[in-house]
Amino acid sequence: MAAPGVTTLSDVDAGRVPPALRGILPVLIALPVLALAEVLLGASPFATYLLSVVGVNIILAVSLNIVNGMTGQFSIGHAGFMAVGAYIAGVTSLELKEVALSFLPVAASDQVLFTVALLAGGTCAALCGFLVGLPSLRLRGDYLAIVTLGFGEIIRVVVQNTEAFGRALGLSGIPQYSSVAMVYFWVFLVVLVARRIAGSSHGRSLWAIREDEVAAEAMGVDTTGYKVRAFVISSFFAGIAGGLFAHFVPIINPGSFTFVKSMEVVVMVVLGGLGSSTGAIVAAIFLTLLPEGLRSLFGALGAEGSLAQKVDQIRMPVYGLLLVVLMLARPQGLFGTKELWDVLPRWLPRKKKGLT
Amino acid sequence: MSQLLQHLINGLAAGTIYALVALGYTMVYGVLKLINFAHGDVMMVGVYMGYATAFALGRQAQRSLWGVVVIFAVAMVGCALLGFLIERFAYRPLREKPRLTALITAIGISFALSYGFQLDIGFLPGASPRAFPEVIVPSEWFIIGDRDVVVWNWQVISFLIAVGLMAALQFLVYRTRFGKAMRAVSFDHRTAALMGIPTDRIIALTFMLSSALAAGAGLLYAIKDTSVSPLMGLYVGLKAFVAAVIGGIGNVPGAVVGALLLGLVEEFVVGYAASTWRDAVAFGFLILVLLVKPGGLFGRVAAEKV
Repeated sequence: MAAPGVTTLSDVDAGRVPPALRGILPVLIALPVLALAEVLLGASPFATYLLSVVGVNIILAVSLNIVNGMTGQFSIGHAGFMAVGAYIAGVTSLELKEVALSFLPVAASDQVLFTVALLAGGTCAALCGFLVGLPSLRLRGDYLAIVTLGFGEIIRVVVQNTEAFGRALGLSGIPQYSSVAMVYFWVFLVVLVARRIAGSSHGRSLWAIREDEVAAEAMGVDTTGYKVRAFVISSFFAGIAGGLFAHFVPIINPGSFTFVKSMEVVVMVVLGGLGSSTGAIVAAIFLTLLPEGLRSLFGALGAEGSLAQKVDQIRMPVYGLLLVVLMLARPQGLFGTKELWDVLPRWLPRKKKGLT
Repeated sequence: MSQLLQHLINGLAAGTIYALVALGYTMVYGVLKLINFAHGDVMMVGVYMGYATAFALGRQAQRSLWGVVVIFAVAMVGCALLGFLIERFAYRPLREKPRLTALITAIGISFALSYGFQLDIGFLPGASPRAFPEVIVPSEWFIIGDRDVVVWNWQVISFLIAVGLMAALQFLVYRTRFGKAMRAVSFDHRTAALMGIPTDRIIALTFMLSSALAAGAGLLYAIKDTSVSPLMGLYVGLKAFVAAVIGGIGNVPGAVVGALLLGLVEEFVVGYAASTWRDAVAFGFLILVLLVKPGGLFGRVAAEKV
């Protein structure tokens, strides 16, 4: 019996997606919207930046959700994988900067090379994910959380001490190949993968591990294998997110990938609901835009100019308190394991049934 | 040779302080099976309490013996209260919930404290590190050979205080009624409650005790490091936690041995390799130990039942 207040799988059908969202329709809608956004945002670098950050955070949150939410393995070193992706992709791009594929126009060639760099970063991050997943053969629960934390810190220190990665100064001059369309292509991909996993037999095994590892093992689930695979997939996408991040900010340095960044992603996943991909998306969007919104709000109020600067300071303690309050009041997060389309109909007016 | 001896002494001195913080983690974990992530930050708050007290006492008084005693007493009592509040309002409501919720709460409290103390609103101190007053005037006590091996007085004093506090704790856990109740709660808190042990009170007292220990350790650390900053708890706390896990969390002597080992390993890395790798080596050592012995050096791995 699960403890009260926690959604169990009996009241959620994790694989169900409403018919409207199942086919190619979302892609057909998304493509023109993204193209339009690309054109409209060309004039505003800030809006492009903001949208890219939101996208990267969505990738991070949805990918962490595969490990933390679906598998129930509490990983608190996600920024480490992001760092691996960012640095490997950044270095690859810097190396390939002068190279151009002669049979393609320059812009297209750049995008191809960018994709190569991203995949290189993602692959390296996935390898690291494999290394972190392996100890899960012997470690459970809290201990695994600590190993992920330690691993994130080790990666940060390694980066900080490697000449090729620019030590504490970081990498600069990475070509700014990233575009909103590119970021949201990966957002689409990670959401697709997460949803596919959730509904598959593979996903069922992950849910089983999440609910009770020992019982899952007794039922013949290869727990270690599934956990390692979850780690690999999750860290691959974290690496991609890092690579994308490296290609739209001017400078990356070890300070961008600390424990604090990992915790930001954890807050997103926990707020959205451990196990809900759409919850992670909503929380990522909300938590990324909230500081910006507050800053411009305080800025608009004018007199409180110093308060606008304090938003960044206040953000972290508020995240901490948010976690505490959430755990006390609603431990399953906003959506629990439910997805947006399971929750929304409750708030929409229903069709009256049976009153003919 | 003398260099090795010097590193040994420095490593042990660092290790004793880690040990005191690690004991707090181990006690709480032993009784509640909760990794109290906020422990390091409670320590940080304690150091700020000591800092404020030292300032209130003034330059002359803070260096006298009674001044030091007052500083330690205020910080330890203040932290015990803080620990009580955290336990009462954040952890107790979650006691019957899955362990993950309590872990997330602990991380939340840790963030609220460490980043809350970085604000410079009202009485909060702001993010920049402050110099901790010289409560113990530093002097070299023993010089072996021609200044080859140096032992500082604060190293000896903190070693003695730490050993004293540890001995007191060992006595408390194994020789008193409270300790017996604590061990019973740690064994099975439902059965302990059925046997008439006031589990809530025992758990609250354990929290207060571990927080007071953290404050003491934090002050020793601040005297050694001569600085106070809101983020010190995050890192010292993590290290101490690593030490507790290496020794086998939940095991009192294990925490001490793990902390001494960690102190030595770190000191040797700083001494013979590069100081920038210190944190990575600490965590690498942890992962290595956990891979070989998943329960820590002295811990036992209990088979899980469904």
